[in-house]
Amino acid sequence: MQTKTFRRGIHPLHHMHEGKGPTRDLKTREYVSDTVVISMAMNIGAPAKPCVKKGDHVDIGQVIGEAQGFMSVPVHASVSGEVVSVDSIPSLGAGNVQAVTIKNDFSDTWVELHPLGNVEKVDPKAVIPAIQAAGITGMGGASFPTHVKLTFQAGKTCDTIIVNGAECETHLTADFRLMLEHSTRIVDGLRAVMRALNVKKGVIGIEDNKPEAIEAMQKAAQGREGVSIQPLKTKYPQGGEKQLIEAITGRQVPSGGLPIDAHVVVLNVGTCAAIADAVIDGKPLISRICTVTGAVRKPANLLLRIGTITEDVIGECGGYSETPGKIVFGGMMTGICAPNDQMPIFKSTNGIVVLGDKESRSKDESPCIHCGRCVAACPIGLNPYQIKVAADKSDFATAEKLHVMDCILCGSCAYQCPSRRWLTPSFKFCKDHITAEAKAKAAAAKERASAGLSNASDSKDKGSKEKQSADHASNKEGGANK
Amino acid sequence: MTILIAGALLAVLGLVFGGVLTFANKKFHVEIDERVAQVRECLGGANCGACGYAGCDAFAAAVVAGDAPVNGCTPAGQKGADAIGKIMGKSANAGERMVARVLCQGESGIAKERYQYDGYQSCATAAGLAGGPKDCRFACLGLGDCMDKCAFDAIRMENGIAHIDAEKCTACGMCVKTCPRSVIRLLPLSQSVMVRCRNSDTARTARAVCMDACIGCGRCKKECQYDAIVVENGYARILPDKCTRCGACAAVCPCKCITIEGAKTAEAAS
Repeated sequence: MQTKTFRRGIHPLHHMHEGKGPTRDLKTREYVSDTVVISMAMNIGAPAKPCVKKGDHVDIGQVIGEAQGFMSVPVHASVSGEVVSVDSIPSLGAGNVQAVTIKNDFSDTWVELHPLGNVEKVDPKAVIPAIQAAGITGMGGASFPTHVKLTFQAGKTCDTIIVNGAECETHLTADFRLMLEHSTRIVDGLRAVMRALNVKKGVIGIEDNKPEAIEAMQKAAQGREGVSIQPLKTKYPQGGEKQLIEAITGRQVPSGGLPIDAHVVVLNVGTCAAIADAVIDGKPLISRICTVTGAVRKPANLLLRIGTITEDVIGECGGYSETPGKIVFGGMMTGICAPNDQMPIFKSTNGIVVLGDKESRSKDESPCIHCGRCVAACPIGLNPYQIKVAADKSDFATAEKLHVMDCILCGSCAYQCPSRRWLTPSFKFCKDHITAEAKAKAAAAKERASAGLSNASDSKDKGSKEKQSADHASNKEGGANK
Repeated sequence: MTILIAGALLAVLGLVFGGVLTFANKKFHVEIDERVAQVRECLGGANCGACGYAGCDAFAAAVVAGDAPVNGCTPAGQKGADAIGKIMGKSANAGERMVARVLCQGESGIAKERYQYDGYQSCATAAGLAGGPKDCRFACLGLGDCMDKCAFDAIRMENGIAHIDAEKCTACGMCVKTCPRSVIRLLPLSQSVMVRCRNSDTARTARAVCMDACIGCGRCKKECQYDAIVVENGYARILPDKCTRCGACAAVCPCKCITIEGAKTAEAAS
């Protein structure tokens, strides 16, 4: 079959097989630690509210955090045992989050499950509520609540569901192992979503550096209605949803739009497998496959319970092989650094990459030489070097005119830059600032509208003050959301 | 002969165009209040937006139109307010001079570091990465977002926190708006005694993350003869209108988080 791809992009660590070598052929093994710390803020949107207290006994799959509104999912206990504490821990983003610590009693008792049965026979209306109840968020890294993604506004239509098995990130092999070991589950999950949304076409996109996965998935998809496998060229960021849509359907997501504007929904393979678990077995999302690699003695693909502490995971992998400099949650290109090794695993943690002290040090940037490599790399088609000039001057208006808001923060430009300019971090800085300002403006406008027209002159003054305080609030909020 | 025709032609053209310009000048004349330009001259000129208008020009127009108060420009201060008042024929009192203060003493070595940050040099970005490189969630991050915004060169970064030069500060409030930690506050210049900490965590947590954190022990409150100190949310706060700047509180503070700017009052010194 012909391999498809998008325009531009880069080939990070191509000379060393995208850094996937150490873990590529290692079978997934389960690791259960004796303590888990389950964060309540594992999704974009409102964090869940803890509904257990110290001393309670919980079973696997019991709801320990209740969803707060539509943009929120419940959190479930990933081990059975006693709740040791409910307190706040530092998050990967700004500020602290509530977390429940559970001491595992290894009895592995489950709560009563409510399976819906075969995905081909299930009531399509029951699928999305089951997904929400199972606490499923996007498992590729962005942790967007899946039921929100599958519930779109009236007037928007979807004709294709794309499953992202590209795994273009360097070092990570979690999705690859999942596709090899649980290929039928992924297809089941995809079928459940296709039936829920009444979509006739489902495409699983896989990069051609994983021929075994392509073969396994093709076998699993045989005889399944509307499901096909699409080999993709090995290129970064092939797994970005906009790039996948461009490669597979030839459509482009409009500026500022979502995949649904191109009539597509993109799901990660991990999310599909979790959906299958939720529908067929009624099991909530309590574990995930995570690649642990880099400066550890025995790199591995581990099936981890959500909330396992990084230190335990590293211990399971034989400890650090050199003094650790950075612990990256996710891949090297888009991952986030953890502040220490006490961070628990989240639903979206598809990998832990440990960097040695020496290789983790940032290098100073030098002036731009206008070589244009960033322009050639940008998968969106932006002019990174120009946006960087605006960002350095904190000229957000110009940066916005140059479409910084369309930047997907993939890091391709920064990877290619021979002057090692800090392109991506400065775009993130711009995006955060512009989002915070827009939020503050909206809040001020709302305030003005509610103040009414009778005291128009008065409200002008008030509005500006409100804006100041709202600016602060949204600044913090913006940070917490990441 | 040719030169005469050319000269005459130029003169005629000149007259015609002059006439058109004169006509246009009279016909399309826009009444500009010259006071706008005069008021504009008296302003701070930083386009800081502290007045609530979209820059100095907009504020000057609003003052002349009577929509904005003559003392609305904080950077211009009392001097500016007087000058504008003179133009507008109103008396103006700019009020107590304000100054921006950094309410944190968490220098590197004093505030505990959570991790070594070597990412993008911006407080907003650092604050979004696992709560920032300092363990204290109220601490100044010291990466200089406020310094970049300051149009008056009044802020410098030293030992990992911001320091504001009260002489140069015009209280425009740009730094206050920029700070992701809200650690900068506008305070009256006369309030020279202040508690330089806003950590509302419990005493134990606060002390664990910073040597100079206010633990809300209340010793300053007991020592104060003027009831000028309140302890709320786990930290002490000084009421500027009651404080006599005697400095007794600073002397007893076990955490050294009460500081005195400038000289003490004569009464206290004697």
